[in-house]
Amino acid sequence: MSNRKGVIIGIVVFLAVVTFPFLYNRGKAAPAPEVELTEKAKAAKQCVRSTDYMQREHMKILDLWRHTVVRRGERIYVNPQGKEFNMSLSNTCLDCHSNKTEFCDRCHDYASVRPYCWDCHIDNPKESK
Amino acid sequence: MLELAIRGSKKYYGWMLFLLSIIGVGFFFYLKQLDFGLGITGMSRDVSWGFYIAQFTFLVGVAAGGVMVVLPYYLHDYKVYGRVTILGEFLAIAAVVMCLLFIVIDLGQPMRVFNVPLYPSPNSVLFWDFIVLNGYLFLNLIVGWNVLEAERNNVHYQAWVKPFIYLSIPWAISIHTVTAYLYAGLPGRGFWLTAILAPRFLSSAFASGPALLILLCLIIRKTTNFDPGREAIQTLAKTVAYAICLNVFFFLCEIFTVFYSQIPEHMDHFKYLFTGLHGHGAYVPWMWASLALMLLGIILLVNPITRKNEGVLAVACVVIFAGTWIDKGMGMISGGFVPNPLHEVTEYIPSVPELIISLAVWCVGFLVLSALYKIAVSVKEEVGT
Amino acid sequence: MDSSRRQILKFFGISTLAMSTKPLLDAFAADPAAEGAESKETFLAGPEALKARQWAMVIDTREFHSLEDVEPLIEACHSIHNVPNLPIRRHEIKWIWETEYKHAFPMKGARFMAEELEHRPFLVLCNHCENPSCCRACPTQATFKRESDGIVLMDFHRCIGCRFCMAACPYGARSFNFRDPRPFIAETNKKFPTRAKGVVEKCNFCAERLAVGRLPACVEASEGKVTFGDLYDPDSPVRERIKTNYTIRRKQSLGTEPSIYYIV
Repeated sequence: MSNRKGVIIGIVVFLAVVTFPFLYNRGKAAPAPEVELTEKAKAAKQCVRSTDYMQREHMKILDLWRHTVVRRGERIYVNPQGKEFNMSLSNTCLDCHSNKTEFCDRCHDYASVRPYCWDCHIDNPKESK
Repeated sequence: MLELAIRGSKKYYGWMLFLLSIIGVGFFFYLKQLDFGLGITGMSRDVSWGFYIAQFTFLVGVAAGGVMVVLPYYLHDYKVYGRVTILGEFLAIAAVVMCLLFIVIDLGQPMRVFNVPLYPSPNSVLFWDFIVLNGYLFLNLIVGWNVLEAERNNVHYQAWVKPFIYLSIPWAISIHTVTAYLYAGLPGRGFWLTAILAPRFLSSAFASGPALLILLCLIIRKTTNFDPGREAIQTLAKTVAYAICLNVFFFLCEIFTVFYSQIPEHMDHFKYLFTGLHGHGAYVPWMWASLALMLLGIILLVNPITRKNEGVLAVACVVIFAGTWIDKGMGMISGGFVPNPLHEVTEYIPSVPELIISLAVWCVGFLVLSALYKIAVSVKEEVGT
Repeated sequence: MDSSRRQILKFFGISTLAMSTKPLLDAFAADPAAEGAESKETFLAGPEALKARQWAMVIDTREFHSLEDVEPLIEACHSIHNVPNLPIRRHEIKWIWETEYKHAFPMKGARFMAEELEHRPFLVLCNHCENPSCCRACPTQATFKRESDGIVLMDFHRCIGCRFCMAACPYGARSFNFRDPRPFIAETNKKFPTRAKGVVEKCNFCAERLAVGRLPACVEASEGKVTFGDLYDPDSPVRERIKTNYTIRRKQSLGTEPSIYYIV
């Protein structure tokens, strides 16, 4: 290989660039966010499912909800305990979790996800504009 | 072989940089479109497809046109095309790349494009278009690349390539048929609701594709040491001549049915394009120009004296390419949407950002084409055919 | 694995078989993350939901004389559905609007028509066709005909914005969000979502109101001039009106079987 030098330099530069964010931030992990519950959410004790389940699966449950409401026209969710809920992001989820900034956004920002729910769904159903 | 595309003269690099700079400008405007929405185009509620889909439709034709060299060479062993077949296949690749880009930039939610394979909908023609276009791209990549590589190594291409070659022939017909079916099956759009739309599309494809190929052959002969051959160019010219005759004939068939029957729902679209409707007639000069160009092309190409003169032939090819571009691009889309289903006239004029983005997509196509042709021509020069 | 697989199963209609094969399906769709045996969740339509095989509408155009007669209906619809009011006509979005006879029924007019009829405002909207060409065209099933009640609906989450449905609709009933609609909604109804840029929208026959036992907003606002009901229920109010009046539909020769009937 006549251009071995160039190849090696190339690999080194590539590795340096790729690992830069990790090296730059080493030892400085951002603290995990604390989500805040509203009084109403606290009083309810449990969300539509257990806290553990909601933490892990809320996006899937929302996906299932939107599919069921939009495509099958069924709007009532009956959880395993037999409790009924209106499947609505703005009108049910945000009714309890009316503090979107302290509840939804904190985790989403931390995990660097930007769900496009709020492009359409009203994120402050209670407040007047 | 890929290394051949990055080793070139200053001129080659200059040309590629020129294309890249236009692509950069277009990309900037595309980012603006992503941010603002398709509102930066001239499209409207009534004319909901515009310049992008027009370019897409036309370029599917150019892609399908490649079959006009593939078929005689592989099916009839027409040896003269041995030198241009790879050029036809690579042109098809570049054209399909442009088609796919034009579809994606026309989407309101391009990040959701994979919903198409995720929720397969066999009843939608657009779903089939997605399949046939991607299929055609891969077929041409497989065939073109393998045959060229074999040629470079001085061996016959491998046997397994043969079925793909045979498959690519009907596949080429299918891509343009499916594209015509996008339009021809819509109730309430009298302009498109005609069984001759697919034949019309194919005939104009077999004129515009090979016409562009002739021009490219002439350019290659001038700028490189590879000569695609006078006979190949002349045979291609005959293909263009008959295809453009058929295209005008099919158009006249349509005109007869529409105007002899006098059914307004079919007639008014043609009236809008060729005479203007309710005082709107932005396309009138374009449509007459298109017809004139196609007729001029027929005169220049059917007549053997003019056809055999390569200078005149080049002019004829430009004329036919331009004529079919207007006819099948803008004419086909605007004509279909005006008047709208409520019989109101909303005219469509593409916006400047829309045109710049379209130009950039064309430049992407030519960038791909230049790289592929650079490879093909380098191989041809190498083996000295 | 998860709910999305379950969805797909349901989506392909396998759910109809689920009665007999439910244990098998449950095993197939078993959710390791779920809370053990009690993980059963179910969905209900809601007790007040109105049901029909095919919703239909009869518009008594004789009762509409001027713009003041139709505007409350349009306003009722557009305000509750957060339909924006865009300044450029090209980008216009409308679910229900009024037009003249010659545009509502092109090629169906008489010569020398009564002037009153010629200028009478005709309400036009999505026809919720029984054989909808838009649903046939959609490459992602983002627009679909709901099996349960025949409404032609939009799934805004899935729409890729290709606008094939707009080309396929022979009634011009569909609008496209050429830009973000939010700045152009005068007063947002917080109970109902808006749309994002890049998706197609149209009348949804007030599916969200039918689900809670209310008639469509335009019907409610029409004070009896517009009738709504199940086309396949012989005792429904729409059947009564169709039986006792001569009604026409828009472009019925195209075979789309529109569900909006007009008494002229």
